[in-house]
Amino acid sequence: MNKANTPRSGVPRPGLPRPGRGGGSGRPPRVRVTSPRMGTVSRPPARSPSLEIVEQTRLGEVYMRSLIRSQLRLAGTALAVMVLVLAALPLLFAWQPALSAVRVVGVPLPWLLIGVLAYPALTGGAAWLARAADRAERDFGDIVERR
Amino acid sequence: MSHSPIWPSAAAVVLICLATLGVGSLGLRWSRTTSDFYVASRAVNPWWNASAIGGEYLSAASFLGIAGLALAYGGDILWYPVGYTAGYLVLLALVAAPLRRSGAYTLPDFAEIRLGSLTVRRMASVLTIGIGWLYLLPQFHGAGLALRTVIGTPGWVGEAVVAMVVLINVVTGGMRSITFVQAFQFWIKLTAISLPMIFLLLAWRADGAPDPAALQTPRVRATTAVTLPNTVRADVIEPVTVVVDGTVDGVPTTGTRTWTPGSIELGAGTTVTLPAGAQVPHVAGLEISDGATWVTPSSGAGGRGYPLYRVYSLLLALLFGTMGLPHVLVRFYTNPNGQAARRTTLAVIPLLGLFYLFPPFYGALGRVYAPELLLTGRTDAVVLLLPGRMLDHPWAELASALVTAGAFAAFLSTSSGLTVSVAGVLSQDLLRGRFRSSVLGFRAGALGAVAVPALLSLLGQNVSLADIVGLAFAVAASTFCPLLVLGIWWRGLTPRGAQVGLVVGGVLAIAAVLVTMTGGTTSAAANALLAQPAAWTVPVAFAVMIAVSLATRSSLPDGAARVLVRLHAPEGLGLGQRS
Repeated sequence: MNKANTPRSGVPRPGLPRPGRGGGSGRPPRVRVTSPRMGTVSRPPARSPSLEIVEQTRLGEVYMRSLIRSQLRLAGTALAVMVLVLAALPLLFAWQPALSAVRVVGVPLPWLLIGVLAYPALTGGAAWLARAADRAERDFGDIVERR
Repeated sequence: MSHSPIWPSAAAVVLICLATLGVGSLGLRWSRTTSDFYVASRAVNPWWNASAIGGEYLSAASFLGIAGLALAYGGDILWYPVGYTAGYLVLLALVAAPLRRSGAYTLPDFAEIRLGSLTVRRMASVLTIGIGWLYLLPQFHGAGLALRTVIGTPGWVGEAVVAMVVLINVVTGGMRSITFVQAFQFWIKLTAISLPMIFLLLAWRADGAPDPAALQTPRVRATTAVTLPNTVRADVIEPVTVVVDGTVDGVPTTGTRTWTPGSIELGAGTTVTLPAGAQVPHVAGLEISDGATWVTPSSGAGGRGYPLYRVYSLLLALLFGTMGLPHVLVRFYTNPNGQAARRTTLAVIPLLGLFYLFPPFYGALGRVYAPELLLTGRTDAVVLLLPGRMLDHPWAELASALVTAGAFAAFLSTSSGLTVSVAGVLSQDLLRGRFRSSVLGFRAGALGAVAVPALLSLLGQNVSLADIVGLAFAVAASTFCPLLVLGIWWRGLTPRGAQVGLVVGGVLAIAAVLVTMTGGTTSAAANALLAQPAAWTVPVAFAVMIAVSLATRSSLPDGAARVLVRLHAPEGLGLGQRS
């Protein structure tokens, strides 16, 4: 495999004549064009947020902290909802044992709620959380890669 | 049961063992280097991984134990399968992606990367091995029980079979083959629990759909002979006329006897034949519960005191213990990146949910069709017994063979996964440098991982499968959960804080386990606290870890901030994934 030596068409290299058109056929060589505003006041070079993080500056720490905090907030929301529901169900059936006599399509209500419907509910919660966490990371990536 | 031939079930066991070894050997050609052995070189996609986690996770406790507990305790046990599944939501929320990004192979690796302390690493190693052994014990025990139930072999035969197959599989194939094997085992188990249930439900409908919750007390429907594998003390509530062959209260007895209410002791090997419609005498410690109590969750059916406390403590152990199970964690290193780790965890939840729909209903049918298990106390056998009880030839043999195959798939897959992770820790941390090559060291580690619990389970104990597994969860929740959660989310964790927290959480939880497994205390309140210790050991472990860390703030590890960046920053931004 000698890919490095075969010139890729469509990507002209500076200083080289374009392949396929005979060299020296009147086309002027390419020159680099630069901005004429060399003398104006220049801003300090922008430091990318990722550099701040890698170098562990105070600013970088702020970026990281905001990511960790937003992830923790998502995790906390999902877990709080789940724990509240899971904690309420035993109390409910201890407080109203008569609910256990209720049948839905032949299945006792608690068996239906805890033994069957809990799983789609958990799946839904997990899907929401995974998507939200991915989005938080994407947002963080957008901020950090901004230059 | 006794009239149906046993060879289909025996053939199913042989088939599953051979298939496990066969699929495992497929992985052989890939597993050449140590890194292949440990983490399958991190090239496993999320669905494979999720199936493999499911395959690995659904153990004897899930396949046999939940149904067994449901027969004895009814609605109270519905929390087990939900807790087993919800643990993955906690894992997804707090641990999955950061753990993968830490780049660690095992929990001890994580401890060292995060805290830079060899002491914490060693403590994590010892705990991983301890939890692994505690979790392996019921797998071997369940294998013994299953073979005895369906074929009639002595208990050690099933244990030896499973131990040998696991050892061969792990020693020759390592993790890559295990990933294939595990994914394959998940689908076997799902088929083996769901398909027979369809036939059982049809038979139940044809039988007039007798309602388990309508039974005031469990009664045998036909004349039933029960052979007690070990000595049992039982409570007779209603007078019953039985045919006995064996020893009763230490006296050799043969013939028809009428038992009056009271406590009797039946010697090992005694056969009791209960007449149709007789109330089943219950093994001591298990109370007879009427249908309405039995069906209600957190009602304390079966005589377990303090049901609400037990439910909450159990849920805490299951929710926060899942993240600390060695065989679950090792799966996360085989994801290519943090997002894939999250996707894998997400996919695990519906897979587990699908499986867990079935076991409680086996227990419910068992209350109608196999209540004599309440006399032997071996209710874990209910899944294996029901097909023979409820179905006709040839469906009975077919369905029996299928559930037996599923049960063996459960023992084999969970033990393989645990063996791989325990062997990894043993060879990396305790046997390092004692063998010519690291692959050889891994094999020696595998031997140690299997041998200890296999020998321990021969000593025999009479705690139910799901209960022992619950204790393993409690130990994991009291030790690794605070280490992982604080390590990932709190920069202030210090090595000293982690050490003291691990010791306090570990000692409390393990002491509770030991007291429970050796028979408990005389106080019902203390027994509840010790049988379900998570409600107090987990908060104590967290509190100690935080307090000691705050007190030793000066010894914060230098690289903590950098490690946190690595744990939380998405891959591909060049933020410290590879330094």
